[in-house]
Amino acid sequence: MPDHTAKAFDADLQEIARKVAEMGGLAEKEIADAVDALAKRDTDLAQRVITADLTTDQLQRDIEEKAILTIARRQPMAIDLREIVAALRLASDLERIGDLAKNIAKRVVALNGDFPPQKLIRGVEHISDLVLEQLKDVLDAYAQRDLDKAMMVWKGDDRVDAMYTSLFREMLTYMMEDPRNITFCTHLLFCAKNIERMGDHATNIAETVYYMVQGRTLTDERPKGDTTNIAPVAMSS
Amino acid sequence: MNVAPSVPTVTVTHAPTDTANLTEKVSIKNLEFFYGESKALKSVSLPLYRNKVTAFIGPSGCGKSTLLRVLNRMYDLYPNQHAEGEVLFDGENILAPKQDVNLLRARIGMVFQKPTPFPMTIYENIAFGIRLYEKLSRSALDERVEQALTRSALWSEVKDKLNANGMSLSGGQQQRLCIARTVAVSPEVILFDEPCSALDPISTAKIEELIDELKSLYTIVIVTHNMQQAARVSDFTAFMYLGEVVEFDTTTKMFTTPRDRRTQDYITGRFG
Repeated sequence: MPDHTAKAFDADLQEIARKVAEMGGLAEKEIADAVDALAKRDTDLAQRVITADLTTDQLQRDIEEKAILTIARRQPMAIDLREIVAALRLASDLERIGDLAKNIAKRVVALNGDFPPQKLIRGVEHISDLVLEQLKDVLDAYAQRDLDKAMMVWKGDDRVDAMYTSLFREMLTYMMEDPRNITFCTHLLFCAKNIERMGDHATNIAETVYYMVQGRTLTDERPKGDTTNIAPVAMSS
Repeated sequence: MNVAPSVPTVTVTHAPTDTANLTEKVSIKNLEFFYGESKALKSVSLPLYRNKVTAFIGPSGCGKSTLLRVLNRMYDLYPNQHAEGEVLFDGENILAPKQDVNLLRARIGMVFQKPTPFPMTIYENIAFGIRLYEKLSRSALDERVEQALTRSALWSEVKDKLNANGMSLSGGQQQRLCIARTVAVSPEVILFDEPCSALDPISTAKIEELIDELKSLYTIVIVTHNMQQAARVSDFTAFMYLGEVVEFDTTTKMFTTPRDRRTQDYITGRFG
């Protein structure tokens, strides 16, 4: 695609894309650090994540401001307009992902004194590895305008959901075995749920990439694997 | 990216559902236009839908004003310019030699870029045209003048000075006077050739508003350099380049998801 006749317009769009990439990197680091802090019971690292989230929030505000200014100044059309709308949506999804990571970090402090079994911590690490992979892939898809990659992420969320469902069941088992397990399991459950939500945000980003490239919204039903809110819980142990 | 490659064919791409309930007021079929030996319009085919606004956009020299001026046979005024093909207006080919061009130009009116009021009173500016076609009593004429000025959103500003010279009005008012003059002879189609290029933003906004009101009564075609104006004002848009219609579709689709790469390049400011 040729450059805009007005070079400043290209510069504006590149600046927005750059900030979105930066925000994506920050979100990825927040997730990795928060889960690391959880695994190692590292409250200092957790505190750093909580502080780092402020930068992510500020980036979202910067992106919004720049996007609005570009719309006002340049009256973008077609692909340019979709790119800016996509950047706004991504900034919103990434900000939520950052908040979810921050919430995990907060729980590291809350878990102080409790020693969750390694098996459960491993489970949380596995689901976060998968979500980190999804997020990295979808951010690459956005940067490269790669529709196929975005669609793979979109469909791949059912693996995240399946992992969450099995973690959920495992934690229920622990909680039913011994009431002393309930506190840390509840915290871990929230952490796992947060990570599952991050996976959903990654699929939102995939849908946005689809819209940006194709010019129409993806209306298909995404395959869903999280049945924890509809499948009945077995009461016998 | 899902943009069609640059193939020089006419792409009339709107979905059938967009035009299911519309009638074609003017049908342009395989129109070719020549300035002497030079071909300025190449096999242009387009529908102009009744009571809709169609915009022609494109870079300088693409043929949009040429196309507009075929629609009311303005080129007849110049030697060495001729058209081939068909332009059907309510089914009749207006390019046929037997067509009464004066009558045609009353039924298909034109508003130009530079306001062109006659050097007469405001009243006479409007009455002049009416008198050419109809014999009306003074009171009937008064009514028609008032109706024309009301329809052009000018009545309230000039009703107390109908005897003032038309050229004493501001640019925006003069342009609305020209519109009033055009609607006074009860046209069916109005052609606007960059009607707001010479006007300030407020006058431009008033005229755009007016075009929106006028389309309920007339079929409108507008040539404009201003992309945003085309996007605001029109229902259908034709993008032209080097004498051809590159793409024709509903305005919504043209400005959000154009099919041709050239269209996208033009509307996003990547052309040239």
